[in-house]
Amino acid sequence: MSAAGLLEGRRICICVGAGGVGKTTTAAAIGIGMAKRGKRVAVVTIDPARRLANALGLEQLDNEPVRISAAALERLTAPDEPPLSGELWAMMLDPKQTFDELIDRLSPSPQRAAEIKRNGVYQQLSSAVAGSQEFTAIEKLYELAEADFDLLVLDTPPAHSAAEFLNAPGRLSAFLGGGALQVLLRPAGLGMRLLGVGAAPLLKALRLVTGVDLLSDLTAFFGLLGGMTEEFNARALRVQDLLRSDQTAFLLVTSAQDRPIEEAVWFRQTLRERGMPFAGAVVNRVNAPVPRGEVPLDLPTGPAFPPDLAARLDACLADHAVLAQRDATNIERLRTAFAGEPILLVPELAVDIHDAEGLLAIHRELFDE
Amino acid sequence: MSPELFSHRLIFVTGKGGVGKTTVALALGLAAAAAGRRTIVADIQGSGEQQEAELAPGLFRLSVDPQSAMDEYLLVKVPGPAAQLLRQSRLFAAFAMATPGMRELLCMGKLWELAQFERRTPDADAYDLVVVDAPASGHGAAILRTPRTFADIAQVGPIAHQAQTIAATLRDPEFTAVVAVSTAEEMPVNETLELRDALATGPDPLELQAVILNARYPDRFTTAQASAIAAALARTPAPADGVRSALSVALTEHARARREAAQAQRLSAAFGPRLLTLPYLFEPAIELPQLRRLAAELSP
Ligand SMILES: Nc1ncnc2c1ncn2[C@@H]1O[C@H](COP(=O)(O)OP(=O)(O)OP(=O)(O)O)[C@@H](O)[C@H]1O
Ligand SMILES: Nc1ncnc2c1ncn2[C@@H]1O[C@H](COP(=O)(O)OP(=O)(O)OP(=O)(O)O)[C@@H](O)[C@H]1O
Ligand SMILES: [Mg+2]
Ligand SMILES: [Mg+2]
Repeated sequence: MSAAGLLEGRRICICVGAGGVGKTTTAAAIGIGMAKRGKRVAVVTIDPARRLANALGLEQLDNEPVRISAAALERLTAPDEPPLSGELWAMMLDPKQTFDELIDRLSPSPQRAAEIKRNGVYQQLSSAVAGSQEFTAIEKLYELAEADFDLLVLDTPPAHSAAEFLNAPGRLSAFLGGGALQVLLRPAGLGMRLLGVGAAPLLKALRLVTGVDLLSDLTAFFGLLGGMTEEFNARALRVQDLLRSDQTAFLLVTSAQDRPIEEAVWFRQTLRERGMPFAGAVVNRVNAPVPRGEVPLDLPTGPAFPPDLAARLDACLADHAVLAQRDATNIERLRTAFAGEPILLVPELAVDIHDAEGLLAIHRELFDE
Repeated sequence: MSPELFSHRLIFVTGKGGVGKTTVALALGLAAAAAGRRTIVADIQGSGEQQEAELAPGLFRLSVDPQSAMDEYLLVKVPGPAAQLLRQSRLFAAFAMATPGMRELLCMGKLWELAQFERRTPDADAYDLVVVDAPASGHGAAILRTPRTFADIAQVGPIAHQAQTIAATLRDPEFTAVVAVSTAEEMPVNETLELRDALATGPDPLELQAVILNARYPDRFTTAQASAIAAALARTPAPADGVRSALSVALTEHARARREAAQAQRLSAAFGPRLLTLPYLFEPAIELPQLRRLAAELSP
């Protein structure tokens, strides 16, 4: 199976995985591969390494996809290959900007939007708070889903585990949707009566715990949002629909170490339970099998090549054989657990992954070229 | 590792995702425990040990989750019926969990509590040292700032008071140390330097007490040897697959070691003697015996 087969019929590919496993690299390589197959592709990257961005021809945070220039594309095709038949677009997500634009779009007036952006709670929310990257990434995806691309490839923010990406945006939208808080702030609200709790003592207790000013800050914030909270809620639901749609593919990127593999199995289960479409896994940086006992000893001899070189080579091979064995065992476990679901293997490459050549190399592995 | 690090009461271990924060936090914990300090390694993912559990003699582990941190806080801090009311109120839980920064504040509160000689948790013993397996740098730096932010926002009331106390503890360099973990790769090094700058700015500037370069690849071959290996590879005819891939493994390792050397140089230029290096361990998994090997390198 190659990445192309795995993405057959999908319009959205979301690359998820733990920190540093290769999500951004994979997202970029998939974009290249699908553009080579004639698709009009947009890749939304998050915090790419500078040189990786440069390899894609991206210079700065730029909140709309830009079409990759012919010059950059030329570097992304091997010398013996025809030029890309599709289109490759890419962008680096700017979370704050995306959040601001969302407020602009949903606000009843520019004045209101400006007031919201000045609000302290909003400023926290849109920059400092954990989850704002995830929330805005999804927001961007939702926006671009309307645009005329055959495929959107979404990179996801560094997280402790792949599941973060599923949970974090929900927490933020729940807050923006304001359900719990709004009921609290409307003292005689229906919610209170339903809960069978007098509002006054609850509010008093809440003040006691949180301090008055925090509460009034929040009150002011939700006062400003007003009817927009409903729009946030409705949007959150539509986003969920989009993520669950069968045009979407979650692609899990993982390493072959034992805990990441366990997590991969667990993540696939989680997606299932949430009714989200799992497309398969990319096991990245797999260590190639190491043949032992066949080391050639016809290395030059002489002062520049001390006799211990062979011994050193052997020690090196012994060490890497351990990793290769580890990876093979873990991949086998993954195969068993996945029972036929696609697993793509990408080896640990010697080249520098951050330049065009590196991206091409990864792309060849993913697309079986 | 200078003995000074272990004389702190609270060590925050942060760094880019996947660089080895958990591994290093545990290794530091083992080293401290071996030096006779009763130590707990705590994370705030809330998915591990829910109770303080002993991992090795003198070394404990706990996974703090915001919900139980909040329950505990309400129980101890809020008098009688109000606490009862709040704890039972699902609305309040939803409110607290959804309020930006509140989860983080609650977790920080629990970490702070662990580091007190007078624990407010009933029947709990005191620790000499709390090692925090903190979230990745961006979030890690934010979380260190949460108490101060809350203290500023809330100003009055018990949360503000609590936040002020915690913030004071965090900015006390005798009490709290921040340690960054990095690997010798471009992005982790960038992030370490950014973390240093982010910590240095703002109302309560902090300094990185130590930077741990983790999982450093061995630099086994000299450039001349690598060329000899490359030449041997060029001489070896294609059918000799075993031989060829053996030589490639050595060259791949060499290439990585060279790339790492350049990145390690950046760290060493920035942090000098505060930089410590841990080797890459070629092992099927990193468990207690391997952690002990790393701890030995970190021992005071
Ligand atoms: N197959 C590979 N062989 C060698 N190095 C690789 C490979 N894939 C990725 N890398 C390297 O791993 C590092 C992390 O890659 P990348 O930035 O794509 O990960 P990420 O999952 O996006 O990280 P983050 O969670 O920080 O966003 C990079 O330095 C990259 O060069
Ligand atoms: N010195 C080392 N040698 C070899 N492998 C290591 C070393 N340090 C860590 N690892 C391995 O690297 C992987 C990542 O390490 P670890 O889980 O400690 O990172 P982390 O920074 O806590 O990750 P996360 O950001 O996901 O919490 C683990 O599989 C671990 O076993
Ligand atoms: Mg990335
Ligand atoms: Mg960890």
